[in-house]
Amino acid sequence: MSDVAERVKKIVVEHLGVEADKVTDNASFIDDLGADSLDTVELVMAFEEEFGCEIPDDAAEHILTVGDAVKFLEKNASAA
Amino acid sequence: MRRVVITGLGLVTPVGCGVEASWSNLLAGQSGARRIEEFEVSDITCQIANFIPRGATSEGKFNPDDWMEPKEQRKVDDFIIYAVAAADQAIADSGLKFDTSDAQERAGVLIGSGIGGLSGIADTSILLKEKGPRRVSPFFIPGRLINLAGGYVSIKHHLRGPNNAVVTACATGTHAIGDAARIIALDDADVMVAGGTESPICRIAMAGFAACRALSTGFNDDPTRGSRPYDKDRDGFVMGEGAGIVILESYEHAKARGAKIYAEVIGYGMSADAYHITAPAEDGDGGYRCMKAALARAGVAPSEIDYVNAHGTSTPMGDEIELKAVERLFGNSAGKLAMSSTKSAIGHLLGAAGAVEAIFSVLAIRDNVAPPTLNLDNPSVETAIDLVPHKAQKRDINTALSNSFGFGGTNASLVLRRVA
Repeated sequence: MSDVAERVKKIVVEHLGVEADKVTDNASFIDDLGADSLDTVELVMAFEEEFGCEIPDDAAEHILTVGDAVKFLEKNASAA
Repeated sequence: MRRVVITGLGLVTPVGCGVEASWSNLLAGQSGARRIEEFEVSDITCQIANFIPRGATSEGKFNPDDWMEPKEQRKVDDFIIYAVAAADQAIADSGLKFDTSDAQERAGVLIGSGIGGLSGIADTSILLKEKGPRRVSPFFIPGRLINLAGGYVSIKHHLRGPNNAVVTACATGTHAIGDAARIIALDDADVMVAGGTESPICRIAMAGFAACRALSTGFNDDPTRGSRPYDKDRDGFVMGEGAGIVILESYEHAKARGAKIYAEVIGYGMSADAYHITAPAEDGDGGYRCMKAALARAGVAPSEIDYVNAHGTSTPMGDEIELKAVERLFGNSAGKLAMSSTKSAIGHLLGAAGAVEAIFSVLAIRDNVAPPTLNLDNPSVETAIDLVPHKAQKRDINTALSNSFGFGGTNASLVLRRVA
């Protein structure tokens, strides 16, 4: 597992209060991990904070799974 | 109008989490006051407050994890968690189940708070200044709004009837119970979860209340002696935190299910001083008319009141004004009256105060005991009323009056009576 993936999963576990083994690449924040729309906004903010980057709203709309977040951050994060 | 009774109680106070823990510690003369260590107070004139004891629920202390999931706790200010904890206790105590759509739709919530999520607003303001708007959480607004205490309670217990919140500063809890009782009396609901909650102990609130010259400043090295209503050395109130929630129910509804009935809400009075934003009117007329209205609604004479839970915040002006208003109302029957201020033990819980004190009044009726006014060493004025100094008193208490007066000159009183 990449360093980015590990950091993403740690944030998801903390913010959504879910078990670490449920946070798989394919897990959808809303459908599988119990997040609501406000939770996903806060998750994106936490990713921005952790990785020191900005995730524009139109990009955030396409981050629906853990894997989506990892992929975006590996490509765009300055601190990745 | 339908009769309204109290069938469940819940408390989170500086002398305990849980009704029996809070009540037994209150009767034992315990105080919740201590020096503030959670944030910088060296530059603030008042450095003491009454904190909820944190620890195991089984030991009568407060463990937030027993009432709300940690991931939810992060989203809200403490006043919401306190309300959820007290509401859970009260609902469990009542034995009510909200498992049919009819039961859910006929049950509502009316929980108020004086200032809501002030500490979260202060923290987020700093965050906004330092890191900009993109770091402001989507939970910032919903986690600070006063009516979200009731919102969380309604969601957790599926209460789909009337949902309202009162904001009348230090009279909030009393207004919430009185207004909720009227919702049942008018047949808009059968059950109401009602009360007040507050988590005001933070740097900005201490600075603000200190600036109003409302807080005690002379007991920073002796915190438990700071709240001393009616005593000649009193010099302001000591802040407290917590929540009090009652289950109100129509008498018929409670009877039909064989519920334990603590007391009936027989009177509710309201008035305004229309005088000053923070100071009470010196003639005490607002408080007098408020109590009088509550007694008139109850249809009882002053001589029938056995116990008054006073607003009595321990401010130099307020205590004597209230005392004189009570003497004026009770006249010759003042001599057989017991009146205490439980703020001497738990401090001033602002928007939660009236609800917590209504519950103490209910328990005074249940157990025939008047809780004490701590630290009342030398009363500042002579009175025929027994102010219950230092120690709780066994007395016959069938009918009690609970007063709350708030900034803005708002007043509220409840009359509660044992159901024979």
